[in-house]
Amino acid sequence: MTRLLQTLMDGVAVGSLYALIALGYTMVYGILKFINFAHGDVFMLGAWVSFTLAATLGFAGGAPPWFAAPLVLLGSMALCGLLGFTVERLAYRPLRNAPRINVLITAIGVSLFIENTGQLEPIGWLAERGLAFPFGTRPQRMPALLPDATLFEVVGVQVKLVDVLVIGIAFALMGLLQWLVFGTKLGRAMRAVSHDPKTAALMGIDVDRVISFTFVVGSVLAAAAGFLAAEKYPSLNQPAHSTWILLGLKAFVAAVVGGIGNVRGAMAGGLLIGMVELFGAAYLSPQLRDVYVFSLLIVVLLVKPEGLLGKATVEKV
Amino acid sequence: MASASLQERARALTPPALPTLVRAWLPVLVLGGLTLLLHFVVGPAVGPYYSKLLMDIGINVILAVSLNIVNGFTGQFSIGHAGFMAVGGYTAGMVTYYGGLSLWGSSLPQGGFLGPGELLFALSCLLGGLAAAGLGYIVGLPSLRLRGDYLALVTLGFGEIVRVLVQQTDDVLFSAEELAAVPVWTLPTKVGGALGFTGLPFYTSLFWVYLFVSLTLLVAFRLKASSHGRAYLSVREDEIAAEAMGIPTTRIKVRAFVLAAAFAGIAGALFAHEVGTTLNPRELGFQKSFEAVIMVVLGGMGSISGAGLAAVVITLLPEALRSVADYRMVVYALALVVMMLVRPQGLLGLHELWDLPLVRRLLRRGGGAR
Repeated sequence: MTRLLQTLMDGVAVGSLYALIALGYTMVYGILKFINFAHGDVFMLGAWVSFTLAATLGFAGGAPPWFAAPLVLLGSMALCGLLGFTVERLAYRPLRNAPRINVLITAIGVSLFIENTGQLEPIGWLAERGLAFPFGTRPQRMPALLPDATLFEVVGVQVKLVDVLVIGIAFALMGLLQWLVFGTKLGRAMRAVSHDPKTAALMGIDVDRVISFTFVVGSVLAAAAGFLAAEKYPSLNQPAHSTWILLGLKAFVAAVVGGIGNVRGAMAGGLLIGMVELFGAAYLSPQLRDVYVFSLLIVVLLVKPEGLLGKATVEKV
Repeated sequence: MASASLQERARALTPPALPTLVRAWLPVLVLGGLTLLLHFVVGPAVGPYYSKLLMDIGINVILAVSLNIVNGFTGQFSIGHAGFMAVGGYTAGMVTYYGGLSLWGSSLPQGGFLGPGELLFALSCLLGGLAAAGLGYIVGLPSLRLRGDYLALVTLGFGEIVRVLVQQTDDVLFSAEELAAVPVWTLPTKVGGALGFTGLPFYTSLFWVYLFVSLTLLVAFRLKASSHGRAYLSVREDEIAAEAMGIPTTRIKVRAFVLAAAFAGIAGALFAHEVGTTLNPRELGFQKSFEAVIMVVLGGMGSISGAGLAAVVITLLPEALRSVADYRMVVYALALVVMMLVRPQGLLGLHELWDLPLVRRLLRRGGGAR
C-alpha cells in the first residue's frame, strides 16, 4: 500500500513534468505540423540555466533566501523563452514553405547544436567573472533552492515539499495555458492558425506573430519543467548526455499518446506516461523503464494513431 | 510481313552480347580489383593506423550508402540506423565468439587469410545482416501507417530499445564448458551488457570491409538505375501519384527498410570485429545514427557517391581536426541547419559525382569516346 501510494505520487510528479514538456511539442505540432526535435533541449537548458543562475547569484550552499527559487525559475523561463523565439526566427521561419522533411532535419540540427554548444568549456572571460557558460562536460549538482521539508505523512508515504511544488507549479502552469488557449483572444488566434493558417491570415491574424508566441510559450513551459526536474532530481548530466535526449523523447511520446496537437491530450498523455514508467519501474523491472514508454508509443501508433484524445483526420489528396 | 520486319528491327536494336557482358561485369571487376589492391598493397604500405582509418571509412560508407536507400531514395526518414548496426554486430559477435569456442575451443582468430576463422566471420557477417534485415521488416511494418516525423520517432525509439535491451545482458560471457550445456537461444542473454562485448576475434581486414563496401555500392547503383529502384524514387517524389501508377508504396517502403537494415547489420558485424573498437551499446547509440543521417543529408539525399563522399570526409575530419575536437559536433549541427536553409537537397542532391558539369568536362576530355 505504501509502495503503491509512493509510486502513484512519483508518477504524478514525473508525469506532470512530461506534460509540461509535451505541451510545447503539441502546440508547435498543432500549428506547424512538425516535430520540434529541439524542444527537449530547451528543457535541458532550462535545468542548466537554473543551475548556472543559482551558482552565479550565490544561492549554492547554505540556506538560500526565500526568493531564490522563484527568481531562478522566472530567470530560466525568460532566457529559454528568448531562445525559443530566436530559434524559430532564425532556423524555422525561413523554411515555412519547405518540405516537412527539411524542417525535421533542421530541427535535428538545432537540437544537436544546442546540446553540443551547451557542453563546450566555459568561455574564459565569463568564467573569471563567475559565470560558467557554456556549461562544460562535467555533471553538476543542482543546489536545493527549496527547503527539504516533509509536509505530512499518509500511511507511511512522506509527502515532500518538492513533490507538492512540482505537481502544484506544473498544474498551475497547465491551468494558465488552458486559460490562455481557450479563454483569450490570442488563444483564439492560436487555434485559428492551427486550424487553417491561410484563412487565419485572411481574417487579419498576424500568423508569424502567433507562431513566435507559440514557440515562446512552449519554451517557457519547458524551462519551468527543467527547473522543477532539477529540484526533484538534483544531479544534472552534461548537456549532450543521452538522459536529456531520452527525457525529451518521452515527453514527445506523451504528446503523441495524448493526441498530438491537442493541449488537453498532452496533459493526459504526460500523466499516463509518467504512471506507466514509474509503475513499470516499481513493479516489473526498473532497468526497462524506457522500453515500456516506447512500447506504449508503438502500440498507440498502431492501434489509435491519432492518440487518445486526438481526432482522426483524413489525409486529403 | 509486318511481324518479320518487327523481328528484324528488334534484332538490330539488341546490343551485341560480348561488350554488354563486359560492361555489366566491369564494375564488379574494378571494385574487386580495388579491394584486393587495398588489402595486399595499400594496407601493408601505409601501416596499421591508416589501415584502421581506411576500415573506419569503409564501414561508414556502408552505413551512409545503406541509409541513403531509405532516407534518400524512398524519402522516408529513419534515425535509428545504429540500432540495426548493433543487432548485426551482436549477432555476428555471437557467431564468431561462441562459434569459435565450440568449434576450436578458443575465441581467438583461426587460420590466416580465408582460413576457417575468416569463413566463419564471413558467415557471421551474412547472419548479422540477415538478423538486422529481419528486424528491419518488423520495424518497417508498423511504419507503413506512419508519416515522416512519426516514422523518425519510431526508428529512434526502436534504436533506444535495442540499446537498453543490450545493456541488460550479462557481462560475464559463457565459458567453453558452459557453452556445451546451455541451449542456443540463451546465448543472447550473455553478450557483455553495458561494458561491451569484449574478446571478439579481430577478423575485420581491408579485404572484408571493401568486399562489403563493393557489394553495397553495386546494389545501390544497380537499384537506382533499375525500374525497381525508380519505384523507390517515385515514393519519395509523390506517394499518391506513385500509388496511382500502380506502385505498391507500402511494400516498397518495407523493402527499402529491409535492404538498408541488412547492410547496416553487415557494417555492424565489421565494426564488431575491428581492431581498436569495442562493441558496446554506448558506441551504437543515437549519436551514431545521427552521424549516419548527417552523412546522407550533407552528401545529398539520393546521391550514392555523395553519401559515400560525405562518409569519407566525416570520418577523416575528426582525425584532421583533433585539436578542435570539441567543436566537431557543433560544426556538423551548424552545417546541417545551414544546408537546409541554402541547399535543402544536400550538396549533390539526386546527382552523382560524375553528373557535375566540371567532372563531365574532365571525363570527356580524358576519355574522348564518351
